[in-house]
Amino acid sequence: MRYSLFFCLIALFSTTAFSEAESILKFNSSIDETRYNALIEELRCPKCQNQNLADSNAGIAVDLRNQIYSMIDQGLSDKEIVDYMVARYGEFVLYKPANNAGTFLLWYGPLILLAFGLLAFVLIIRSNRKSLRKETK
Amino acid sequence: MKKLLVFIPLLVFAVLGSIFFMQLGKDTQYMPSALIDKPLPSVSLVDLHTNGIVTNDGLPSGPYLINFWGTWCPACSIEHNYLMALSEQGVPIVGIDYKDETSEAIKWLQERGDPYSHVLLDELGNFGVNMGVTGAPETFVVNSSGVVVYRHQGVVDDVVWETMKGYFK
Repeated sequence: MRYSLFFCLIALFSTTAFSEAESILKFNSSIDETRYNALIEELRCPKCQNQNLADSNAGIAVDLRNQIYSMIDQGLSDKEIVDYMVARYGEFVLYKPANNAGTFLLWYGPLILLAFGLLAFVLIIRSNRKSLRKETK
Repeated sequence: MKKLLVFIPLLVFAVLGSIFFMQLGKDTQYMPSALIDKPLPSVSLVDLHTNGIVTNDGLPSGPYLINFWGTWCPACSIEHNYLMALSEQGVPIVGIDYKDETSEAIKWLQERGDPYSHVLLDELGNFGVNMGVTGAPETFVVNSSGVVVYRHQGVVDDVVWETMKGYFK
């Protein structure tokens, strides 16, 4: 019990230390800061592939965060920044995949499956009703 | 008809199962390069030996390799002997000293030999980002029309060079 409390405390302090390190970045406006945070959440680290840029401490993630920061500072739009990353690291870096022919199943596959499910559901209910009617007759 | 419907779940299972099975054992870190079949991004880097700026015009005219390395990178020291052998075979290699200390790099090349036709300095890693590099070592094949045709992440050895050779023209 005492140990777990101790670890909780450590965890608490380590996160505050981390957020302090990040808050050194100075933004022109709070909109820019929100955009920066949204972008590093949404872009995937190319090195440690199950983390986004915000979570990763890999060298390349630090570089890309700095790159995004300076691009926002230069007044580039979100789209320009995302295009810049895709041009260099491929669509792989998008945690929110683009909506195109190649990703059609990814976006609409679940809906198609749901439609199939609903269809099966309706058909089964109907056939059950029919057989019920026959029985009552 | 009804009897056939019963087999749909089994069929779906078989299809999914074979798809998943084919994915087993694949390199999960493999990431295709976005640069393949695109011209080499613009280069403007300082040459370690001459201190002059090298641009795309200063790079080899025939096919060549671009190798990202750094003295901080353990895999690069494993790779180094193989690069030496390649350069002795006459393969031009442009070395990008990636996010490194120049003095360390000079020492490294003096101690182990210099396999590179040019050693260009990318201290901040900006050129690395333009090439879509995620670390070192990484090696690109640029063909004689200046187009990037192949990228390998990790150590170059006999097996990798066999594949690269096919693109090296």
